[in-house]
Amino acid sequence: MSDGLKIRLDRTLCDGFGICAKHAPQYFSLDDWGYASLIGDGTVPEKDRDAVMRALLDCPVHAIIYMGEHRPSNDGTARHDANEAPEPSPNTDDNEAISEFVR
Amino acid sequence: MTTTATELAIAVWPDCAPRLLRPTQAGPEELGEYVQAGGYRPLTDPDALLEQVDLSGLLGRGGAAFPMGTKLRTVRDAARRGTDTVIVANGEEGEPASVKDRWLLRNRPHLVLDGLRLAAAVVNASRAVVYVSDEPSATAVNSALSQLDSQVFGATDVSVLLVEPTYVAGEETAAVRRINGGPAKPTDKPPRPFEEGVSGLPTTVSNVETLANLPYIHEHGSQTFRAVGTPMSPGTFLATVTGAGKPPTLYEIPHGAPVSELLTLHGVAADSVNGVLMGGYFAGLVNTDILDATLDHETIRRLGSGLGCGAISILTDDCPLAVAASVLSYFDRENAGQCGSCFNGTAAMAAVTSALRDGAATQEDVTRLERWSVVLRGRGACGTLDGATNVAATLLRQFPQLVASHLADDCPSCRAGAFNEARPYEVEAVARR
Repeated sequence: MSDGLKIRLDRTLCDGFGICAKHAPQYFSLDDWGYASLIGDGTVPEKDRDAVMRALLDCPVHAIIYMGEHRPSNDGTARHDANEAPEPSPNTDDNEAISEFVR
Repeated sequence: MTTTATELAIAVWPDCAPRLLRPTQAGPEELGEYVQAGGYRPLTDPDALLEQVDLSGLLGRGGAAFPMGTKLRTVRDAARRGTDTVIVANGEEGEPASVKDRWLLRNRPHLVLDGLRLAAAVVNASRAVVYVSDEPSATAVNSALSQLDSQVFGATDVSVLLVEPTYVAGEETAAVRRINGGPAKPTDKPPRPFEEGVSGLPTTVSNVETLANLPYIHEHGSQTFRAVGTPMSPGTFLATVTGAGKPPTLYEIPHGAPVSELLTLHGVAADSVNGVLMGGYFAGLVNTDILDATLDHETIRRLGSGLGCGAISILTDDCPLAVAASVLSYFDRENAGQCGSCFNGTAAMAAVTSALRDGAATQEDVTRLERWSVVLRGRGACGTLDGATNVAATLLRQFPQLVASHLADDCPSCRAGAFNEARPYEVEAVARR
């Protein structure tokens, strides 16, 4: 059984139409020029599915990508179908806090 | 592309035996010399080496200071699950104010290749790619590879890829995208290369200086590696020091060394320093608080900046605000042109700082700059926009009086002919093909 879905936003594709933020403002924030960024990690609970799917399907440049269903595991903790990331994000307290530019 | 070498001095730190530099020998190190000095030691237990890398605390030297042990382990685990894996030696330096990766590749190609074959063995890579944009580096690495017995890399297929130099070409997803046949421009995350990289396979992308530390750890072990440096920033690092009207110098510095000692070695009087530009163009500015600092990740981070790739530009006569304007204008020109927040944000921040430099900005402009320096952080697929926000945020936070004097068009240095360079503190002039 699914308890939601997982999405991602490809900001290199976003052309700043802003339709996503109209349909699902709690998931998409726009900058001063109308370009979107994803709020959160892309996990969308079932209650928000319709709004986010509307944003995804209405994006003229297909910058929002469906990554799979988000399913509860047997022990009750949530897990999603997309690859779990075993390597933490480079942007943690354990390394250069302001550096996300990984060479 | 051709590069025009300028005078580059090489210097080691007093009482700290160099691990990466060879200050007394000129030219590329030959295979015989390298082997005689203990290079290409047989590796019988890659897992034991990985454990030593973990214990050594080696952090990535490309800018993000990511723990190397974690990076290797993630892809090694993927290999254990039966997947082919790839390793990329990233020598595409990108930062104009840094030269250390090119120096290593041109002068110690076997040290880098030795580190690459050790990392390849740890992650059980079927393919290894040396990714560079500097022709002399590619020539040196190809020549070194031709000297090597095919046994050295075992079953790993090794190749060298020479690409056009740009600021973003060395970002890890740009490297992967280029190796896969695309443009050398970053992709949005996820996926990161360790999940899905070259040919869709789990890929470790590692800076060449990081790799160059592996033979030392392999030979001496993690404890000896930690004998210099600080607990949080172990070992030495290569620092490209520019500015202050001096020729650029490449130092190998133990982490934790005092900035004051670096200034003395570099022949710069502390009272002539206005501030520094850290980590190439990426980690922003630090005011004279830098004079009491030590060169390690934890200390420089507390000052609101970062060591980044180890490039340090010392500002003496150059106005820090005018330097910030030049760097932001560079980001405006050199960003990948992909993410709207980045190509708009860098242009906007460059325009405000340039207007400030020229005595033409208003308080409203500064308020906007302050807001952008906060809200635009993290809004790009790669870190270019973060680099630009670092420069803007540190300028406003560390130099408030300077900002005020420019609002009043009252900076003697800028009024007398402002600092305005396309590639500030560039070590080598790059001519494009």
